[in-house]
Amino acid sequence: MAARKITFVDTTLRDGSHAVRHSFTEAQVAEIAGGLDKCGVELIELSHGDGLGGGSFTYGFSKVNEFKLMEAASSQIKNGKLTVLLLPGIGTIADLKEAQKCGAKAVRVATHVTEADVSAEHIYAAKDMGMMAVGFLMMAHRAPVERIVEEAKKMESYGADYVNVADSAGYLMPLDVKARIEALKSELSIPVGFHAHNNMGMASANSLIAVQSGAEYVDGTLRGLGAGAGNAQIEVLAGIMKRNEIETGVDFYGLMDLAAEKVDPIMIRPQTIDNGSLMLAYAGVYSSFLLHVYDAAKKYNLDPRDILVELGRREMVGGQEDMIIDVAHQLSTK
Amino acid sequence: MEKIKVAVIGPGNIGSDLMYKIFRSKNLEMAMMAGIVESEGIRRAMSKGIKTTIEGVDGVVREDDIRIAFDATSAAAHLKFNGPKLREKGIVSIDLTPAAIGPYCVPVVNLDQLKEEPDINMVTCGGQATIPIVYAISRVAGAAYAEIVACISSKSAGPGTRANMDEFTETTSKALEVVGGADKGKAIIILNPAEPPLMMTNTINVRVKDPGVGFEKIRDSINSMVEELKTYVPGYQLRVPPTMDGDRVTVIVQIEGQADFLPAYSGNLDIINSAAVAAAEKIAEQMLKEGRG
Repeated sequence: MAARKITFVDTTLRDGSHAVRHSFTEAQVAEIAGGLDKCGVELIELSHGDGLGGGSFTYGFSKVNEFKLMEAASSQIKNGKLTVLLLPGIGTIADLKEAQKCGAKAVRVATHVTEADVSAEHIYAAKDMGMMAVGFLMMAHRAPVERIVEEAKKMESYGADYVNVADSAGYLMPLDVKARIEALKSELSIPVGFHAHNNMGMASANSLIAVQSGAEYVDGTLRGLGAGAGNAQIEVLAGIMKRNEIETGVDFYGLMDLAAEKVDPIMIRPQTIDNGSLMLAYAGVYSSFLLHVYDAAKKYNLDPRDILVELGRREMVGGQEDMIIDVAHQLSTK
Repeated sequence: MEKIKVAVIGPGNIGSDLMYKIFRSKNLEMAMMAGIVESEGIRRAMSKGIKTTIEGVDGVVREDDIRIAFDATSAAAHLKFNGPKLREKGIVSIDLTPAAIGPYCVPVVNLDQLKEEPDINMVTCGGQATIPIVYAISRVAGAAYAEIVACISSKSAGPGTRANMDEFTETTSKALEVVGGADKGKAIIILNPAEPPLMMTNTINVRVKDPGVGFEKIRDSINSMVEELKTYVPGYQLRVPPTMDGDRVTVIVQIEGQADFLPAYSGNLDIINSAAVAAAEKIAEQMLKEGRG
């Protein structure tokens, strides 16, 4: 029997943008995107960490305009697809059209796990524009399996090419992942993907069980560069898949070399599970809040863990980074 | 006392809440509720003794004494039918849809300049909640850039909002510039499904042009704006009072709805309706003063 084939999605230049505080330069993205393409990665995601239009006071301004970065990256991509993230409410169809002009061929439209219907206009638009469109359900720990299936079916009905489950807080345990992927596989007629965060050290294990449960797309980043404790480390995933006889079509050594040569030098903090990252998973908070929480803790003289616990208690969702200041203010005036 | 007769077109949640607000008004008389089918909203208005029609705008323009109409239908309906027909009949439109045939109106900022307009547009809920603060900042220190994040509970975001997220962000961004006075506006909207539903919160960040005017002047301008706003949105309050860091001013506001018809957490719907009724009140006052009643 031929080995099962899955597709890697690299998001070093999108989720990794959080870890470098949105400081990527044209030269960096050109080298990394070009390297990923040479290694056989099919989908190469690049945009502000919070998706198109994410550059802002709230999420952090990009050092270099994301469309300029796209042009620099797309010039180096020969076989793969330059992919962008779009969160309805932050990015718009106008942004997507601009991204397409700069070389984007695929878009992942991301909503909170219970709010899939806000993705309809953007998925329809992407399909009209001839782009690959992916439905991306964030904070997958916040809804029971049946609800996730219901929301994923909406995205399928809008025309999504596959649906991706994102464990944005790094909260899920392997059996939670298995339950979600298996349910989606049996209820949807389109493929399913998975996006991990390593806040409790589960990113590789969760990605493997997702694939073993039927996921056909899996996200990773070089060196795990990403929000919180980072994502599943793509070169590690390449090794894991080889050991499990799952075909990925990527160059294992090439990814390792690219990580060592191009990503190690630009990291501004080690991608470890520091205390704040651990608390993201423990409290179920969106991973990109982390560095903003550290900033607020310093400014208001608070323990970042207290801010994170309160954000989790209030059930804040992705994109609500503005509420970090609100929580810090309330805690400091208690 | 003499009042100006008004109609509400669109008897859904927004229209029903408007009706209750109009009942409290001193210058407006709720004269008609217009829908296009027999609906719960039509029956509700009827049970309050209000004349109803299910012929939509046609039912309204057949009446001889209606002077102002609130349009709580859809952008397409306002553009194609309601806006033009009301205008032809000389009825002032208070447009709560994103159609925006007429100028944007944020009552506390620019109503005085719009009292003679045949059709005014109420921007968006997020716009009504944040533009006054941006204006309060820009009028004393200038605003190179204004960014807002509006968070509303999932339960108070209807299907129209959900199907048209871009319309919200694009309209609000533009109005931050045109009405708020910012050179560049950016609006973000987030839906949060937490239970019990969260109150509407809005974060406003402005990069001022002239930080030299000093924080006190900016803070006082914001505080006096909040007091003015409270006259028509009693549940409006500062959650995080203004702070200034270099040229960046940050404020977080919360709106608790008056729970006229919609629950208190729907501050987003309360503020756009309150703004619409406040605008109509002023226009009606003018009509009465000029003997046009």
